[in-house]
Amino acid sequence: MSNPVFFPLRLSFQVASVATLLVMLVGGLIAYLLARKNFKGRTLLDILITLPLVLPSTVTGYYLIILFGRNGFVGSFVYDWTGWSIMFTWYAAVLASFVVALPLMIKTTRAAIESVDENLINASYSLGHSELETAVKVILPLSKKGMLAGVVLSFARALGEFGATLMIAGNIPGRTDTMPLAIYSLANSGEWSSANFMVLFLTLISGFFLYITNRYGMRTV
Amino acid sequence: MGLSVKLLKKVNGFTLDVEWEIGNNLAVLFGFSGAGKSMTLQLIAGLMKPDDGVIKLNKNVLFDSSLKINLPPQERPFGYVFQDLALFPHMTVKANILYGAKGLDRVERQARVKGMIEIFRIEGLENRLPSEISGGQKQRVALARALMRKPEALLLDEPFSALDNPIRLEMRSLLNDIRREFNIPVILVTHDIIEAYTMADRIIVYAGGRVKQVGSPNEVFGAPAGPDVEMLVNTAGTASIPPGTNLHLN
Repeated sequence: MSNPVFFPLRLSFQVASVATLLVMLVGGLIAYLLARKNFKGRTLLDILITLPLVLPSTVTGYYLIILFGRNGFVGSFVYDWTGWSIMFTWYAAVLASFVVALPLMIKTTRAAIESVDENLINASYSLGHSELETAVKVILPLSKKGMLAGVVLSFARALGEFGATLMIAGNIPGRTDTMPLAIYSLANSGEWSSANFMVLFLTLISGFFLYITNRYGMRTV
Repeated sequence: MGLSVKLLKKVNGFTLDVEWEIGNNLAVLFGFSGAGKSMTLQLIAGLMKPDDGVIKLNKNVLFDSSLKINLPPQERPFGYVFQDLALFPHMTVKANILYGAKGLDRVERQARVKGMIEIFRIEGLENRLPSEISGGQKQRVALARALMRKPEALLLDEPFSALDNPIRLEMRSLLNDIRREFNIPVILVTHDIIEAYTMADRIIVYAGGRVKQVGSPNEVFGAPAGPDVEMLVNTAGTASIPPGTNLHLN
């Protein structure tokens, strides 16, 4: 039997770390596209991605079930091919955290990319550098503060994800009970001392992340 | 040899419709702000796409709407100095200049950057950031960077507008040196009448998105073609020419 306090703690960091890594890659790319490209469905993509920011996370979770559940649009294919479903695994917790943290990364990164002086980008192009080179050597270094803010906020959000995780990963002790879920169970069963510890821990660490984003001038959202 | 352009571009109710050509000399695009001078440079460099037209540099077609030729800015051999210079704030002076060395091999790159630092008197500033050097020095770095890639023509968008007068004079003489050294067409955008008068081999007068007159400085200032040019010459004249300056030479 795994420790009811330390298992959720370790799992939460594991889930938040993997989710944040994915958020960085996917979010960075989408932010770049939204900031610099005009394409069909740009506004729709923007709205779809931002929705989890305003929807109750249970609703986000509900959509994830519809998409990735065993009978879901994507999930049924995966199940037919592999006999495996993401539901009620820690990967599902990663998926939930990823989807709710993604808009934070995209909003901050997009704003940072858009604030890079257009003339610098033009200068890079006219000096013979391709779009990719320009993105890596000019845009990335000049918007890294905003990106870092996005990463930190995403991690904090991923760490605190509750509703969507509950919907698709469940609250299985020793398997998918991340800190927020464990706190819910502990409070329900009146185990206040363990709950207090986790609540305090989550609060401190989230406060610390906000301090970091402020400290480095990354005022966002 | 030289640069010839024929451009039509409509943006937000403004129409640019110009046609001109120059040889291996310095042409000044002269006119009030909003006349389409900077837009012309952007169109030539490929940073904007003309609705219609042709851009040729030394017999090479860079853009031709009827043949559907449209080289990207990376493949157009121009050295472009932007109005705000556009030095990369996160790179040192040397890194900025080296960034212009795309396509040169390692040995040539180092030799060339050394040469540029000498020509533009940037010695001792190599490891500073753009924010740590003066306006005149930034100017020289921007010119050095633009010339690294051995451009076939130089596009200068009001590069001296932010400078104090004494440094301006210095930059103008530096630009004359550059022309002797590199012998390529130079397009200089300005609304400064003295700059136009003293630097230009040819002046191309812009007003409202059209070319109103092309000629030597004496032709343009001596015999302005039509009311637009006359007004430009007179207004600009009273604003920035010291009394006693004789513009009607010959």
